[in-house]
Amino acid sequence: MRFDPLQFVLVLAVLAAAVALISGPLRAPRGEADDAGSHEAQADAAALEAAKEAKYREIREAELDFRTGKLSREDWEAVDRDLRSEALEILGRLDRLGADGDGAGGGGQPARSSRHTTS
Amino acid sequence: MPTLGRACLILALAAALYGIAASLYGARTGRRDWVASGRRSVYALAGILTVAFAVLEAAFLRSDFSLDVVAGHSSTSTPLFYKAAAAWSSQEGSLLLWVWLLSLWSSLVLFLTRRRAREVAPYATAVLLGFGAFFSGLTVFFANPFALSNPVPPEGMGLNPLLRHPSMMIHPPMLYSGYTLFTVPFAFAIGALLARRLDAEWIALTRRFALAAWLFLGVGILLGARWSYVELGWGGYWGWDPVENASLMPWLTGTALLHSVMIQEKRGMLKVWNVSLVLATGTLAVLGTFLVRSGILNSIHAFGASTLGVPLLVLIGAMVAGSVWLVVSRRAALRSEHQLDSLLSREAIFLFNNLVLVGLCVVVFWGTFFPLISKAVTGDEASIGAPWFDDYMVPLTLVLVLLSGIGPVIAWRAASPRNLARSFAAPLGAALVVGVGLTLAGAAARPLALGMFCAAAFVAVAVGQEFWRGTRARRAVSGEPAPVALGALVRRNRRRYGGYLVHVGMAVLFVGVAASSAFQHARDVRLTPGRSARVGGYDVTYVRPTVGMVSEKLSLGAVLDVSRAGRHVATLRTSRGYYPSQGATGGGPIARFFGGESTTEVGLRAGMRRDVWSALQQIDFRSLEPFIREADRRFPAASPQLQGFLIASIAQHYEDHPPAATFRLIVSPLVTWIWLGALIVAGGALIALWPAPAVARARVRAIYARRLARVPGQA
Repeated sequence: MRFDPLQFVLVLAVLAAAVALISGPLRAPRGEADDAGSHEAQADAAALEAAKEAKYREIREAELDFRTGKLSREDWEAVDRDLRSEALEILGRLDRLGADGDGAGGGGQPARSSRHTTS
Repeated sequence: MPTLGRACLILALAAALYGIAASLYGARTGRRDWVASGRRSVYALAGILTVAFAVLEAAFLRSDFSLDVVAGHSSTSTPLFYKAAAAWSSQEGSLLLWVWLLSLWSSLVLFLTRRRAREVAPYATAVLLGFGAFFSGLTVFFANPFALSNPVPPEGMGLNPLLRHPSMMIHPPMLYSGYTLFTVPFAFAIGALLARRLDAEWIALTRRFALAAWLFLGVGILLGARWSYVELGWGGYWGWDPVENASLMPWLTGTALLHSVMIQEKRGMLKVWNVSLVLATGTLAVLGTFLVRSGILNSIHAFGASTLGVPLLVLIGAMVAGSVWLVVSRRAALRSEHQLDSLLSREAIFLFNNLVLVGLCVVVFWGTFFPLISKAVTGDEASIGAPWFDDYMVPLTLVLVLLSGIGPVIAWRAASPRNLARSFAAPLGAALVVGVGLTLAGAAARPLALGMFCAAAFVAVAVGQEFWRGTRARRAVSGEPAPVALGALVRRNRRRYGGYLVHVGMAVLFVGVAASSAFQHARDVRLTPGRSARVGGYDVTYVRPTVGMVSEKLSLGAVLDVSRAGRHVATLRTSRGYYPSQGATGGGPIARFFGGESTTEVGLRAGMRRDVWSALQQIDFRSLEPFIREADRRFPAASPQLQGFLIASIAQHYEDHPPAATFRLIVSPLVTWIWLGALIVAGGALIALWPAPAVARARVRAIYARRLARVPGQA
């Protein structure tokens, strides 16, 4: 096969671009400390945020079930009461996590925001 | 640019291998810089493979026959549109498309989730890169799309005529998008199991991608069915072919997954089941790839024998073994947080729906692999046909459609019998009316089809009732006009109402399937011009022959007149397409032209009530054979121009003295409902998939946070 300088240059360009892209984070100065505790707290907060979102959605869906005639008022009130207490428990855990650890509130949702909205 | 393409494949493999190591190191040490570097390896993989794919596409568009794959699957006379699609008509090119799409979707997913699931994402990245490395490795070591021709032929073999259909441009990318997107939930499930983070977050994170995979795969399957109906010339849209089945299996388990994840999100239940479904769906997606590429089973859609079978089988084995080990070793963390409250609840219906869907998948799996199993046990490769599949699939599908109507009208947690009676009254009434009406019309002879029509009526009215009640409830609160209230209702509950539309679409689709299967009239008839045949109450007359020459394709066809009780209904044009054939053996160039692979152009009159379908199956060439033999004898090395002249002369003789031809004529009711139902399904899935604006999400969060501040129990 004949040597093609253009192809050689293009291969080098692709290689250089890939290396620059991949090594970027390793070349940047280290920022915040990557300690395991911070990771775990963030993961806990993210999990609780996901649970909170799901619970809010469940409350809304129960209300829609009631308003569309799938639940009687008594059944809905009982379900709603259960759901709200479950949601409050999640919010309480989020609050405690926010008070205990720095940086908790993964997913860009600080745990403190939950405390403000519920108080 | 084959060197650039080949180098890109090697760089892609290197980037993927580095990314796996960086992601795992970052995950083990908690170093975010390494995790970010691993994630960027996925972006780099996508970029490198984009260059590689662009090089391949350029080679096809330029008819660069120095590449073996171009010489084998394209030609200078192939239309530009099909040259672009020819890149994925080969084993090598389609493999590159597969891994390229995988890298693009993986990049999108990891970019969107870059600040979430920080413990799970590095492992998921490593798994996605594992797939990337595996398939890049296949293109480097087993199926190189940039392999060179030696010697370089002056002309290519051309694209398989059967693949010259517009849907072939989009069908494979859709299927591959579905397959590759299903690896995303698989990767996150493995990540969650490895990180022991089995809460709701990874499920919430990947649900949307699972839905996108489901939509892409479903659209791909339907496009394949449509291609089969209008291109393959046998008159059906589903033949229980192993490759069709391979795409259906992950779609079925994916459907089950989309329902059961809601139970985990809401109730923390079915964790083992969900994670198993995710892992099974990802594995079935790769199994589908194995069936298409290994040549292990005979299929019109497969690539034939290859060396890819063993490595793919090793990958599937590793996926199954790893999945089982992870689920078993993490079973304590996968314990359900709640129990099922009542059998009269949406959770219970979803559970039944899951069992039916998995049952359907098991039937398809057994039917698909039975030839291999029988060969292993008895030494004979027995095959299973459509009647066997129908015996199991039809009743199960009937139950599934019925459940898709029951689910929307039943409440989560527990429903009271009184509310159930009120919710079921109208749908049951509709099913009853349809059942009685169709029985009086004579449909009782086909009880399963009748059952499907009743179930579909039940679904349509149940969902219609849901939309009506929801709109009424919203109007009561907001006072908006009905259309505005309906729009707002759907906008604010996209997942629920999008899902309901999917249910209606599936019901419409299955009405089409049931009607067109149970009440179809089909005949194969041999006609000469002026002669007629009767099928399904229609008289079909062979009016005259037709000849057409477009690009490299010669069409020999017929005009058919369709009438009913003496009244003209439609004029159908059907033909067979013949192409220059380099591969067909025997005879001279003219004999090869007429004896090579030919395509069918279907004559179709489609309507909402019925389709009248016709296909020219076979032309009696006996009267033309002396001319073909003579042309080949006198001009064995004819130039392309002379060949064109000779073929045109023979075509003229066909038109002047038309021989008898065999036609397949089919009258099928409600086939259009299948495509219409598919469109409704796709529309519903898009509604469910479309994200709510961030502002709306924040508002909803604030509203419910305020509501929680009130005393519990007061609505």
